[in-house]
Amino acid sequence: MDRRLSHSETIGLGALGLMSLIGLWAAISGFGLVPDQFLPTPIAVIGRFIDLFREPFAGFTLQQHLSSSLMRYLYGLLLAAVIGIPLGLAMGWFRTLDDVVTPIFEGLRFIAPIAWVPFAALWFGTGIGGPIMIIFAGAFPPCLINAYRGARFVEPRLIEAARMLGTGHRRMLMEILLPASLPSVMAGVRVAAGLGWQSLVGAELIVASAGVGFMMVQAQASVQTPTVMAGMIAIGITGLLIDVALRQGEGLLRHRLGAD
Amino acid sequence: MGPRRFLIGFATLSALGLLWYGATSVTGLVSSGRFPSPIETYTAFQQIAWRGYAGGTLPAHALHSIRLVAMGFAVAVATGVPLGLLMGSSRKAEALINPVFLLIRPIPPLAWIPLAILWLGLGDAAKIMVIWFAAFVPAVINTFSGVRSIEHPVIEAARMLGTPPWRFVMEVVAPAASPMIFTGLRLSLQASWTTLVAAELVGALFGLGRVLNLAQQDIYPGMILVGMIAVALCGWMTTRFLAFGEARALAWRHFEAKPAR
Repeated sequence: MDRRLSHSETIGLGALGLMSLIGLWAAISGFGLVPDQFLPTPIAVIGRFIDLFREPFAGFTLQQHLSSSLMRYLYGLLLAAVIGIPLGLAMGWFRTLDDVVTPIFEGLRFIAPIAWVPFAALWFGTGIGGPIMIIFAGAFPPCLINAYRGARFVEPRLIEAARMLGTGHRRMLMEILLPASLPSVMAGVRVAAGLGWQSLVGAELIVASAGVGFMMVQAQASVQTPTVMAGMIAIGITGLLIDVALRQGEGLLRHRLGAD
Repeated sequence: MGPRRFLIGFATLSALGLLWYGATSVTGLVSSGRFPSPIETYTAFQQIAWRGYAGGTLPAHALHSIRLVAMGFAVAVATGVPLGLLMGSSRKAEALINPVFLLIRPIPPLAWIPLAILWLGLGDAAKIMVIWFAAFVPAVINTFSGVRSIEHPVIEAARMLGTPPWRFVMEVVAPAASPMIFTGLRLSLQASWTTLVAAELVGALFGLGRVLNLAQQDIYPGMILVGMIAVALCGWMTTRFLAFGEARALAWRHFEAKPAR
């Protein structure tokens, strides 16, 4: 490793890197080296991105597609958290439950969330239920695993103290294990949020009748490359915003609990 | 795994199997249009194994998918690990490349599928491109942080002995970062399978995803289940293969204390 760079050097080199990427893109597309359907200019993509907020594509405007994507996403993620976290905590506390659930879970884990698509479509249709199941399949494992690990690695002294005071199962879970494993649980939720967003995109590409992924597939079928790339930008920005929001929430929660 | 755990696990899986048989075949609680019975699954398996389905037999589909994953994964490793090593050992390279990386990273690999199809069509090239994208990011990130977590005395000792840059990277940096590199490769492999299945479901002419897709259109639950099991087994096999490679490459690691996960 060489010497540390000064602040201005870092910014300068970073700007150079970004400029050369965008410059390369602009040069290849702008000078007509490749057809427009292959790679549109950056300006055309940005223009399309803005246009999509006003004129509908595949039945809806971009914000309508985004809101239906986000709706499914929230339902799926919420379902994964509501089932995964309590189950994980309980598995960390009741050994028999752990022994029963773990072999099933380990077997199912090797199935990629996306591979559930055919059954999801068959069971819940392509409207809202099917995609929610795929998001759930993506977001459930990290919720469960992190809650389980968090509960297993709680300071034993805390558990012994609570035991000695005669704490029951329910209060042990709610008042000892849950607070003590909260950092691990929150980290799991963040991983789940990322994987769930990824699964949502996959689900919408394959089975959906609205949403950003659906919009992109429709655009691909009619060879509208600018719309496809505008969809990618929308997905990227939304994913980033979700991550930032969760980081903020995590920080706030930690602060509240005085963990920092 | 203690005997108690094994017994309970075995009992659970047997109970689940019985429940499956009971719900689908004996009571008909779950209609076979929704979830296949064991016998239907076996029939579907026999059909695809001997006569073929979606244009080929099961081994042919599986080999096709494994080949695509292996190729995309290999390209990602061949490009991602060197880039991570470069970014890790040179702060200038890091400053230059990191912003580009930050710009592209929020876009999930699966979102590249429509663009890949526009660029390269429904054939193998588009799949390899998407797998490359998916597997590239974990390979770079983990290699990079592996290099950055090397202890300073190691680097300084090599520097003091006047190790030339090429040998410095190949004989000091890469081996010291290799545990993290393998962590990255494991994540890359997982991402490769997810991406391949998604890409094949969106549009493919052959492969396990094509089997799933056609079975969904035909409303053939038995074949869907066979396809899912095949995907899971292939993923499991390649993961074992990688773990085997890791154990061989990092044999020296057994002499060290195992770090807590």
